[in-house]
Amino acid sequence: MSELSVNHLLGIKYLKEEDIQLIFETADHFKEVINRPIKKVPSLRDITIANLFFENSTRTKLSFELAEKRLSADVINFSSGQSSVKKGETLIDTVNNILSMKVDMVVMRHPNPGAGVFLSKHINASIINAGDGAHEHPTQALLDSYSIREKLGDVNGKKVVIVGDILHSRVALSNIFALQLQGAQVMVCGPKTLLPKYIDKLEVKVETNLRKALNWCDVANMLRVQNERMDISYFPSTREYTQQFGVNKELLDSLDKEITIMHPGPINRGVEITSDVADSKQSIILDQVQNGVAIRMAAIYLLASKIKQ
Amino acid sequence: MSQKVLLNAKEVNIILHRLACQLIEKHTDFSNTVLIGLQPRGVFLADRLAKILEEDYKVKNIQLGHLDITFYRDDFRRGEKTLEANTTKLNFLVEDKNIVFIDDVLYTGRSIRAALTAIQSFGRPNEIELLTLIDRRFSRHLPIQPDYRGRQVDVINNEKVKVNWEEHDNEDSVYLIEK
Repeated sequence: MSELSVNHLLGIKYLKEEDIQLIFETADHFKEVINRPIKKVPSLRDITIANLFFENSTRTKLSFELAEKRLSADVINFSSGQSSVKKGETLIDTVNNILSMKVDMVVMRHPNPGAGVFLSKHINASIINAGDGAHEHPTQALLDSYSIREKLGDVNGKKVVIVGDILHSRVALSNIFALQLQGAQVMVCGPKTLLPKYIDKLEVKVETNLRKALNWCDVANMLRVQNERMDISYFPSTREYTQQFGVNKELLDSLDKEITIMHPGPINRGVEITSDVADSKQSIILDQVQNGVAIRMAAIYLLASKIKQ
Repeated sequence: MSQKVLLNAKEVNIILHRLACQLIEKHTDFSNTVLIGLQPRGVFLADRLAKILEEDYKVKNIQLGHLDITFYRDDFRRGEKTLEANTTKLNFLVEDKNIVFIDDVLYTGRSIRAALTAIQSFGRPNEIELLTLIDRRFSRHLPIQPDYRGRQVDVINNEKVKVNWEEHDNEDSVYLIEK
């Protein structure tokens, strides 16, 4: 297979397993490219990409922008904070205004779940979802799986536990879809208040005891406690959360095997994981960041190739 | 679809040895020379030439690499399918080196143009030459000519030259295929 089955990257649930493998194989080549003395290729020099961030982001936005620039695309950036959205303009009007400047592809982060799907039905440009509310964050899930594949050789058959705030996490949902599609076993672990009611329908194991979860898994993906989404108290205190769901070196050393630690960032050091875990050789957090650029280059390249001249 | 044999295994072998000798005549000890096969099918020719140089002509320490030009091609989004990338393997510096690009067939010259751009991502070579097994003359879109050619052929546009390699296609041969 040399072509994606989709014209937009809206979520993992719209992809086939072959799409994921194609993105990974293409990312392998881009990983080689970004380790060259000159890290840029001219493939997308006639493509213009708009990064529309209706919600704050640091690393995802930087990663996308770097990926686009390394493919030689022209890039325009938009943040809702300094825009006409504040004056009451609708999403479609905002995007159509930007598209009228001959933009070929849109990378969008939006606080509302389904914003990307909605937009894809109303505009004529290729869309990449860079996070829509608590729904999906497909490129993050792809780079997470890619990092597991790189570290452990394969995703198929591996046991992965996602720890923490599953309820508010788009990373968790996309990861569950991506891992299951590739044949991994998935468990979620967190306080009952942060496990969504629909979790039974996702066919994942559920555990509320972190030690048991870590004993089961090959990989632990530690999610950030999203303080900005905690409009009500989901657990008594950060200290109590850390005691029950935080990973420290002592806990890791007490396991009878070595597990791989992941975190999508940004880390609340000392809350989800301690610094000595984050910086240990078991952690592949910085590999995830580096792989993010290669995965986004691959996704953009493959989608752009479907925009015919 | 009809096909005609342009070169058989014996003729390919003679030509490969001649090309190897021409490379030795120009580069002597190869201490500052690198051979780079262009992906996907130039790599078979490059590997074979390196083997002949080392085994038959006792040239030591041949530096051999593979270069993929997919991301540098000018027909991205023009074809039916997405261009599939191949592996680039250059385990040496190209700065100030004498490079020999090696490809099986020279047709429009666009692949070589892409290769000239791609190699700049690895440094500034001293000199770049081009070696091809088959030179399809009268079909060039760009002013690019080979420094070493195996066989020059006249092929019209609805015909294709297909080079087969023992290690990949079970025989050494060159066919002219009418599409």
